[in-house]
Amino acid sequence: MRRSLAAIAGVVLVLFAVGGASAQRQGSASSSSARDLAPIDLTGYWVSYVTENWRYRMVTPAKGEYRRIPASPAALPIINAWDPVADQRAGNQCKSYGAAAIMSVPGRLHITWQDADTLRIDTDAGTQTRLLRFTDRASSSASRPAWQGDSNARWERVAAAGSTAQDPAYAAGGSLRVVTSNLRAGYLRKNGVPYSERATVTEHFDIAPLPDGGTLLLVNTIVDDPVYLNAPYVVSPHFKKEPDGSKWDPTPCSSTW
Amino acid sequence: MFIDVVVRRSLVASLIAVLAACVALAQTDPAGPQSRTRPTPAVVPSQFEFVGSWAPLGTEDVQNDSVPVDYLGLALTDEGRTRALSYDESQKSMIERQCQGWGASYMVLGPFGLRITSQSDQQKRLVSYTIDAWEDWMEMTIWMDDRTRPSEHALHTQAGFTTGRWEGGALGARTTHLKTGFIRKTGVPLSDQATIDWRFFRHGDLLTVLMVARDPVYLAEPEIISKSFRLSKVPLDFRDPCVPGYEGREPGDDVPHFSPDENPFLDEFMKLYNLPREAVLGYRDTLYPEYRKRIKNTYVPPPPCTADCGVAGNFVRRRAG
Repeated sequence: MRRSLAAIAGVVLVLFAVGGASAQRQGSASSSSARDLAPIDLTGYWVSYVTENWRYRMVTPAKGEYRRIPASPAALPIINAWDPVADQRAGNQCKSYGAAAIMSVPGRLHITWQDADTLRIDTDAGTQTRLLRFTDRASSSASRPAWQGDSNARWERVAAAGSTAQDPAYAAGGSLRVVTSNLRAGYLRKNGVPYSERATVTEHFDIAPLPDGGTLLLVNTIVDDPVYLNAPYVVSPHFKKEPDGSKWDPTPCSSTW
Repeated sequence: MFIDVVVRRSLVASLIAVLAACVALAQTDPAGPQSRTRPTPAVVPSQFEFVGSWAPLGTEDVQNDSVPVDYLGLALTDEGRTRALSYDESQKSMIERQCQGWGASYMVLGPFGLRITSQSDQQKRLVSYTIDAWEDWMEMTIWMDDRTRPSEHALHTQAGFTTGRWEGGALGARTTHLKTGFIRKTGVPLSDQATIDWRFFRHGDLLTVLMVARDPVYLAEPEIISKSFRLSKVPLDFRDPCVPGYEGREPGDDVPHFSPDENPFLDEFMKLYNLPREAVLGYRDTLYPEYRKRIKNTYVPPPPCTADCGVAGNFVRRRAG
């Protein structure tokens, strides 16, 4: 009996030791949060600098024009039936502010850490909020499609081919990769060029120094949609960093402007 | 005795089960299964190979329609605007200008892909990358060996002089010594004092080229363009030589041009798309979101195209026809 109890005590000690070590490992993993690991600082205020696609972003193009977008035949009836007043009336005025298009909408971004593993992007144009999660949620039930969908993020460190960890250029920098799905169907462009709920948006956020000492944010955006696109739609809107939020000007979604 | 053994074994089994449950509980996220998360993944490393053939993607509008007097998306100085308005595209029909080609910025403004090679020294150290020429664009060498930039009085060419280095996972480069040329095919000038900073980002099979062009003479703010290319399995080759031919102008004829305030195409692009004059003429304010709000109550979209609408519902073919 004594030997049995001693054996049990031994098993207990081993189990607690294993459990404790595992808990410690988890603790150290959570202390190396996405915020701690960030190779680049994306936080702050950023303003769109519209030197590309001006005619499709700063004004609403004519109904029926979808130039530069590889729209599928299935998209054409929707493009030609676009009715912004009906969208507004139906409460769909945010269709051109979804995750597949929002970074191209002229406006300002405010990027902050919501918590150690969630990067938050607020837009003043359309007052949208994107949550870029660095942890995969094991949710018991899928959330409903939304304008900004569900975004999974990760940092990527890119090095020149053949370079080693000892090279100075290897250590600095990196990129943020974000994949967004579970989107509510919306518009790639203000004039009703559609994307479907099956669309996926893959983005890379990179920063670059500007000659005047400023910083540029480049958001390379790839939209894949098996329904309304024949090929990936790739754009790369860019933003200049601003010193503060003094020009932040929230405006609601509008389908007519 | 038998009962004693059974009880003892049951006791041991129960104890182990309880302890195992305790350990499992200790490993569970206290916030419960709804918010259970996987540990934060480490930063994912990857290698950037620049050499190869890169096919252009046509989904970004970096030059609009090449319609005369289209300076959308540019911040021009008054001098730059005046010079642009004096440009007549017929200049390119002059036999001595047909093969003049376009400047370095045409790498992201032109329709071609990139074919990139590398050159090393005898010790296999990287010396340079070369982006091969197209028929109307000179090859660009990016010197990677920390060589000194030549004197400001050295030869200026369409391709300029470019040095590069790896910075934070991207290839950064700077071009100087550019010959006076154009930053857009509609005649928007770029002076020989211009500097172009490049950044090449690679993500998977996409190469994104960022251009930041500064010009103290003709640009009020930098012109920033990014363009993406996809890795091509088929090597690209655009090196057909430019062969000049007679296009109606004799050598020695006057250089075609307009008086800036009498450019006959001044309103063409504006009317085509109902665009505001100051935007088409490249005023600085038109590049920022405030401008969009300012024209909210005055801008009227063009009517839908109903016949012969051209590519993807675009208006150019109908109205030009």
